[in-house]
Amino acid sequence: MAITIKKSSKEVEGLIRRVEEISGVDLNLCYQCKKCTSGCPVAKMTESPPSEIMRRLLLGAGDELLGSDIIWACVSCETCSARCPMGIEVAAVMDALRILALEKKAEKQEGNVPLFNRAFLSTVRLFGRTYDIAMIAAYKLGTLKLMNDTEKFPTMLKKRKIALLPPTGADRKTARRIFKKTKQNKAGKE
Amino acid sequence: MKYAYYPGCSAHSTARDMHESALAVAGALGLDLIEPAGWTCCGATAAHQTDPVLAASLPTASLLKVRDMGLDMVVNCAACYNRMKVANHEVSTDPAMRKKVSDAVGRDYDGSVKVRHIVEVLLEDVGLDAIKNSIKQSLNGLQVACYYGCLLVRPHEVTNFDDPENPTSLDRLVTAMGGVSLDWPHKVECCGGGLSMSRTDIVVSLTDSIVGMAKAAGARCIAVSCPMCQINLDMRQQDIEKQTGTRHDIPVLYVTQLLGLCLGISPDRLGLKKLMVSPASVIEKIEVHANG
Repeated sequence: MAITIKKSSKEVEGLIRRVEEISGVDLNLCYQCKKCTSGCPVAKMTESPPSEIMRRLLLGAGDELLGSDIIWACVSCETCSARCPMGIEVAAVMDALRILALEKKAEKQEGNVPLFNRAFLSTVRLFGRTYDIAMIAAYKLGTLKLMNDTEKFPTMLKKRKIALLPPTGADRKTARRIFKKTKQNKAGKE
Repeated sequence: MKYAYYPGCSAHSTARDMHESALAVAGALGLDLIEPAGWTCCGATAAHQTDPVLAASLPTASLLKVRDMGLDMVVNCAACYNRMKVANHEVSTDPAMRKKVSDAVGRDYDGSVKVRHIVEVLLEDVGLDAIKNSIKQSLNGLQVACYYGCLLVRPHEVTNFDDPENPTSLDRLVTAMGGVSLDWPHKVECCGGGLSMSRTDIVVSLTDSIVGMAKAAGARCIAVSCPMCQINLDMRQQDIEKQTGTRHDIPVLYVTQLLGLCLGISPDRLGLKKLMVSPASVIEKIEVHANG
């Protein structure tokens, strides 16, 4: 497969450096054996499999890489990291690319994964634990597809397979402190 | 034997059956599980996809509570187990991260609390002989596909759980219960985990492949030990049928539910009614009457 890379000065170098900085991975170790791609459960459903992402980064890819669909299709199963003969944490590279995609507001956010993550974390910030119903409501409102995948809801309620009331008993004070401090820490870096 | 038991958020919502069966089995086997007061969410996939410091700090808040208790932490949810172990690893190997985490949590933590999965406790502390001796009803040769998923076994240098490519912990438990654990290739494949809502398409495709393979291997049920694996493999069978026309109809049980049935605990106390695919065929095989 032909790989097209847009070469464009400083910004381009920034992406690989930032990825290495966030993930702690040395991308030069990759020799393209493609074991990560062979074991990746979502490789065949995406345009660029993990080994290609690694190669693109090494060849100096820029911000356009942050639009790759695999960034949000990656299931964080870590099979790639587990099987890399060079011990490269490919999954950590994917985490780094997600963080950069959010930071740089990359356009393509397939399947609203960041929206789900925000809904999930906001209930943790408020209650110290997840509150599924609030999280699902916030997520559904954000996607504007309220009725998608809701046909199981009545059965789940009947089986009491989902909690109706918000969680109690968590150390909410510490949870809030963690969210506040990590937000400040992140803001300080940017 | 006393342990600090971290239930995880899903224990009080979508995986109440995981929680109830663990408590019932622990009680029957003489394990004393004490819930640390004020435990908080581990952050799960959402936190580590968002911010590495947040991802290490959230588990640390609960690990510190357990350190104060002076006990090992026992976790049932594979995802919480994974996040706890990763946090321990990060603060104990990365001094800069340790500093950031202690600043966020408000207390210093060295990563020293021992974190164990309930399956490890069953195998190592209770032991297979004691389990065999406690069993009242055998699985009677029930063919079980043991499914481990990702989070118990990866990253292996951090979780150190069993073998990363061919784990046998659940298989050994199932064999001790009188079941036949199947040799099948999808033990550590991924079910799609946390993308269940945000990328349902991916999850349906992955679970179809896993459940289909279990069926092809001759499984009458799948044994799991993770609430995300359970809900994906169980609940998504409806979607698979709708999309592909294939009806798998394979019950997906927590290993603690199977063990509970063998220990003679009533299906109601094990949360078996919460499963989407009915486990009636499994209960019948064990010859426990549903009204227990």
